[in-house]
Amino acid sequence: MAISIEDKSEGKAKKDGENVLLDVRNLKQYFPVKKGVLQQVVGQVKAVDGVSFRVFPGETLGLVGESGCGKTTTGRSILKLTEPTSGEIIYKGQHLEKLSPRGMRPFRREMQIIFQDPYSSLNPRMLVYDIISEPIKIHHLAEGKGVDKRVYELLDLVGLNRKHAKRYPHEFSGGQRQRIGVARALAVEPELVICDEPVSALDVSIQAQIINLLEDLQNELHLSYIFIAHDLSVVKHISDRVAVMYLGRIVEVAVSSALYAEPKHPYTQALLSAIPEPQVSGMKKQRILLQGDVPSPINPPAGCHFHTRCRFAQEVCSREVPALKDLGNGHLAACHLAK
Amino acid sequence: MSGIPIGESPLSGNSLPGGNPGPEPAPRVMSLGGMAWRRFLRNPFAVAGLVVLLFFVIVALFARFIAPFDPARIDLLTSNLPFGSGAHILGTDELGRDIFSRLLYSSQVSLLVGFSVAFVSVFIGTLIGAVSGYFGGFVDTFFMRMVDVLNSVPLLFLNILMLAIFGSSFVLLICILALTSWMGVARLVRGTFLQLRETEYVEAAKALGTSDWRIITYHMIRNATAPIIVNATLMIGGAILSEAALSFLGLGIQPPQTSWGQMLSNAQAYMLTDPLQAVYPGLCILVVVLAVNFIGDGIQSAIDPRRKVRRPRRRWGH
Repeated sequence: MAISIEDKSEGKAKKDGENVLLDVRNLKQYFPVKKGVLQQVVGQVKAVDGVSFRVFPGETLGLVGESGCGKTTTGRSILKLTEPTSGEIIYKGQHLEKLSPRGMRPFRREMQIIFQDPYSSLNPRMLVYDIISEPIKIHHLAEGKGVDKRVYELLDLVGLNRKHAKRYPHEFSGGQRQRIGVARALAVEPELVICDEPVSALDVSIQAQIINLLEDLQNELHLSYIFIAHDLSVVKHISDRVAVMYLGRIVEVAVSSALYAEPKHPYTQALLSAIPEPQVSGMKKQRILLQGDVPSPINPPAGCHFHTRCRFAQEVCSREVPALKDLGNGHLAACHLAK
Repeated sequence: MSGIPIGESPLSGNSLPGGNPGPEPAPRVMSLGGMAWRRFLRNPFAVAGLVVLLFFVIVALFARFIAPFDPARIDLLTSNLPFGSGAHILGTDELGRDIFSRLLYSSQVSLLVGFSVAFVSVFIGTLIGAVSGYFGGFVDTFFMRMVDVLNSVPLLFLNILMLAIFGSSFVLLICILALTSWMGVARLVRGTFLQLRETEYVEAAKALGTSDWRIITYHMIRNATAPIIVNATLMIGGAILSEAALSFLGLGIQPPQTSWGQMLSNAQAYMLTDPLQAVYPGLCILVVVLAVNFIGDGIQSAIDPRRKVRRPRRRWGH
């Protein structure tokens, strides 16, 4: 099953292997379900079940999917905030999955994360100055007065000013707090930033500000992003390529414009048809309604995870796991029927 | 929920619509500590408790200047004097020692025991609770089962046993009391840490490569200070009571040193002839413990007005 996916991506990776920043291969993250007094493991939540993708320098890879499909867990596994069950995480040719917490430390400078909730992602008892200067001190990126200078630089970079340094997080609005979170992530001068739904907790008007900030920073600092979101229009705007996830697996990867113009996977089609659009009178957009709920990740359906809700499902779909096939121009889809 | 969910919403009333990171600073808001202090001052019981405790602390500190007599001076010619006998304001005991002076010097012992036991046991409890809550797994199971075991032993008898084996020096008394009273704090801190461990700022710290030890001591403990302080305060009262009980049983403070519990023990023999001898130290214990508890409750409701006062388990479970 997942082996075929791995073969595929490995084949691809070899072609342009030099240029890959992050290569995730067949990543799995299972969480045990424990029951009873003896805490016996009675099952596993397959939050991420064989995910493979690559991120190239300077690009933004969008990761979309509905709640509970494993997008956030994927992001956290890559940073080893949760220890992945299996799979490979290769950053600039180095395998991260085997590294101890100590061995991971140099890579903490290279990969950072911006969190969804700007209210819980900042320590309420720390001054903004301490929040931003801590990573600088931990990684010895500056000494003495240099730390102050760097903190002010970072505040300036994210559109705050030095007066804000001596305040506590509760004195800021959601948008400002998210800027502080961005400044903290950038303090270590990372190359790859995992944005875990960075705008979904914000007002729509502020979402645009933060998105623009992220784009400006990308151009200025040559960052790569993994942009996790469930808002398809936000992802379309910011991403170069988009990967769609369903129940712990990637079902489709393509260049943003291609994916939105011509989705190949039935799930992506359904997902895209759900984007609300202003309607011209008389023209009714056809909406694909999926039947039923997302199956439980504890006991996902055999074969293609999506076959229980797919309009086109055939007998083969419940039997064989579809591999991510290249349908031309780097458009990959995991569907037996996609052409 | 973080350890101190104070002042979230009303305080974030900030400057600019749309959260524009404009140059204009938000109006200066009161610090969290300042708000808590104001709420504390509005609580009459807490303020009264603080005044009483401060009074006793001052008395203890200056006992040697206030006391008219040496508390250990024996004068059998003036034994068992009643209340208001000339220079001996509160009378004398069976050996002719001045009761007033003895009360003053006893406050030193009681307060010293109270504060140091609270400090040491909070330190131990916080450390163990923090490590358990943060690391979880085997470490957690180990320490929490240890807590369960200690909680299921009648601690009064454990204390008596240990004092009987090792003898009763002042330092040993503090150590033994501290070693048998950290469990409540450990449970409390563990619970708080279990919550804090899941917060995104802790994850952010991990993602930045912060060491576990620094995350515990720098990021998490400061968010758990509120329940710790409340518990420490309430524990002072418990420790004073424990010391009194052990001294009453003759295992705590030994003569010529004196403590309220020991005075109570002495007074026991004269309950019928001079009951006031028992009233003075008893009243002191009552007032100080009550004051400390009022302060604890006051701090609790000042730093977290929404939560009900949560009392720690009383020592010895009766």
